[in-house]
Amino acid sequence: MSQTRLRIGYIPLVDAAALLVAVDHGFAAAEGLAIELVREVSWSNVRDKLNIGLFDAAHMLAPLPIASSLGIGHVRVPLIAPFNLALNGNAVTVTPTLHAELAAFADGDPADPLVSARALARVVADRKAKGASPLTFGMTFPFSNHNYQLRYWMAAGGVDPDEDVRMVVLPPPYMVESLTNGHIDCFCVGAPWNSVAVESGVGCIQHFGSELMLRLPEKMLVVRQDWADARGEVLAALIRALARAAAYIEAVERRSEVTASIAERLGVEPSLVSRTLNGVLKVAPDGTMRSTDRYILVGRENANRPDPAHAAWFYAQMVRWGQAPLSQEAAAIAQSVFRPDLYDAALGRSAPTDNGGPRDGIGAFVGPDFVPDDIAGYLKAWNLKRTGRPRLSIVR
Amino acid sequence: MESVRMRAAAGDAAVRQLALAGICELAVTRKGPDLPGAGAPSAGEQRDASLKIAIVDESPIRAAILADGLREAGLTHVELIPETHNLLARIYALDPDVIVIDLESPSRDTLEQMFQMSRVVKRPVAMFVDQSDAASIQAAVDAGVSAYIVDGLKKERITNILDLCISRFNAFSRLQSELDRAKDALEERKVIDRAKGMLMKVKGLSEEQAYALLRKTAMNENKKIVEIAQSLITAAELFK
Repeated sequence: MSQTRLRIGYIPLVDAAALLVAVDHGFAAAEGLAIELVREVSWSNVRDKLNIGLFDAAHMLAPLPIASSLGIGHVRVPLIAPFNLALNGNAVTVTPTLHAELAAFADGDPADPLVSARALARVVADRKAKGASPLTFGMTFPFSNHNYQLRYWMAAGGVDPDEDVRMVVLPPPYMVESLTNGHIDCFCVGAPWNSVAVESGVGCIQHFGSELMLRLPEKMLVVRQDWADARGEVLAALIRALARAAAYIEAVERRSEVTASIAERLGVEPSLVSRTLNGVLKVAPDGTMRSTDRYILVGRENANRPDPAHAAWFYAQMVRWGQAPLSQEAAAIAQSVFRPDLYDAALGRSAPTDNGGPRDGIGAFVGPDFVPDDIAGYLKAWNLKRTGRPRLSIVR
Repeated sequence: MESVRMRAAAGDAAVRQLALAGICELAVTRKGPDLPGAGAPSAGEQRDASLKIAIVDESPIRAAILADGLREAGLTHVELIPETHNLLARIYALDPDVIVIDLESPSRDTLEQMFQMSRVVKRPVAMFVDQSDAASIQAAVDAGVSAYIVDGLKKERITNILDLCISRFNAFSRLQSELDRAKDALEERKVIDRAKGMLMKVKGLSEEQAYALLRKTAMNENKKIVEIAQSLITAAELFK
């Protein structure tokens, strides 16, 4: 049988693991796919090369295909996401100085995101009173969890991300350097960069992304709608290869073998990759450890099946932060980008009745439950908060 | 105005808003001639010379080649941004009409943030926006260059700029590979000279005879002369 050749663009991050392992451990070949992985340096490049047909598929920030399908900030190209490469995987890292300030201003345990967010508001006010320059936060792209998670977190404490602080887009490889030379005070990025900052002694991990939201798609496999229509069989084969690779990564007995090959692709120490996959991370240069069983979910807990409710959540964030106007039509388009039907068809599975996850599918550390069919109502609940009405109870 | 804008770039929100009013006015002034039917072609060409172009490229040689090309074409307002720290602040301070960036620069994502500033009236637009011109997009990607233009500028006005960037980027690649080849050739020459010297000394050959011996051996073994010369040197090292 002749192999179908595919070109797939990716950014070297741990959350590309399922794609990398599908290629490097033979799962793609077993499905008759000869995949050429193309390493890229920016999400703009990944998006543009997918849009103009230089790539067949891409490893992409989960909110990006929604922005592209809606034509927000760029040309409208309908994209679809039929496979979730990873849930969670980010962390918020601060300089040791800001870490100490947050602890000093905290009215409780600063490891609790609501406590740290309120402390952040006090740090911001303190700096304003002293006439110091505003804090600067690094994130990777306007349409990214990194952007939305940072905003969600600071807004929960009363910090306006557009007025009180500076938000800058930085390429992940520049994050640690920017933290070192004081250009930024905090960043939100995927693995391995948080661990690299801790290892170099210039950063402390303040929060895991999974402490902010229990279940959030981080990177998806994305293809053009017209490509999916024309090459349905090839896409199904790709989904199967990725699903097997994801399950293979999750099998604990194979971890060291898998982490070595992922680390080689990323060009980092295998230990940095295994920390992420195992969810056991050094969070401060002094050696403090913290662990979680949900740092990154590559294949377990039904992580790979796209959930349109998540797409609606991303769209709601776009509306909340002024990236997109609110409309029923746009909300419907956003939801149609995530394609569990293609995932189910490729794997011969039926829709699960219960994910066993948080009741609104997201599990944010604070705020109203998310209701995909009532984005206006959800956002209104936030606005009430912002005008100083009593806080809504914490939903966990 | 300039100092206000610089301070705005530094991030002071209140000052930024004040400055934006000014920037916004500027944008309208520049946009004027682009309105349908306005301005004669010759006047348009004159205005093109006044377009301000920012080049974001970490390769100083390529950036210089590009800047020279643009200046030769009569575009006098060309600024180089070699270092990407504080890129957005620098861009706001420069206030360019066109931004040219190397596709291999991770800072493209930083530039994309400019699309997000809802308060900034003068918004840049990526070259990729007009997908009707697939050939030119393909040429730009192949050459490894991307350009952002300010909203309101007609695409035709910058087509020649993009073409020029593409050809200069390609010229740089050619130059780079020629340079690499020249370096390789120089290295090969050194290796062959060393092997020749060894043969002359050990076997008492003339330079010509030594070279002839290397060439003959290479032909017999179906290898390059430099490969035979290298094996000779390696063998000699082992015998030391």
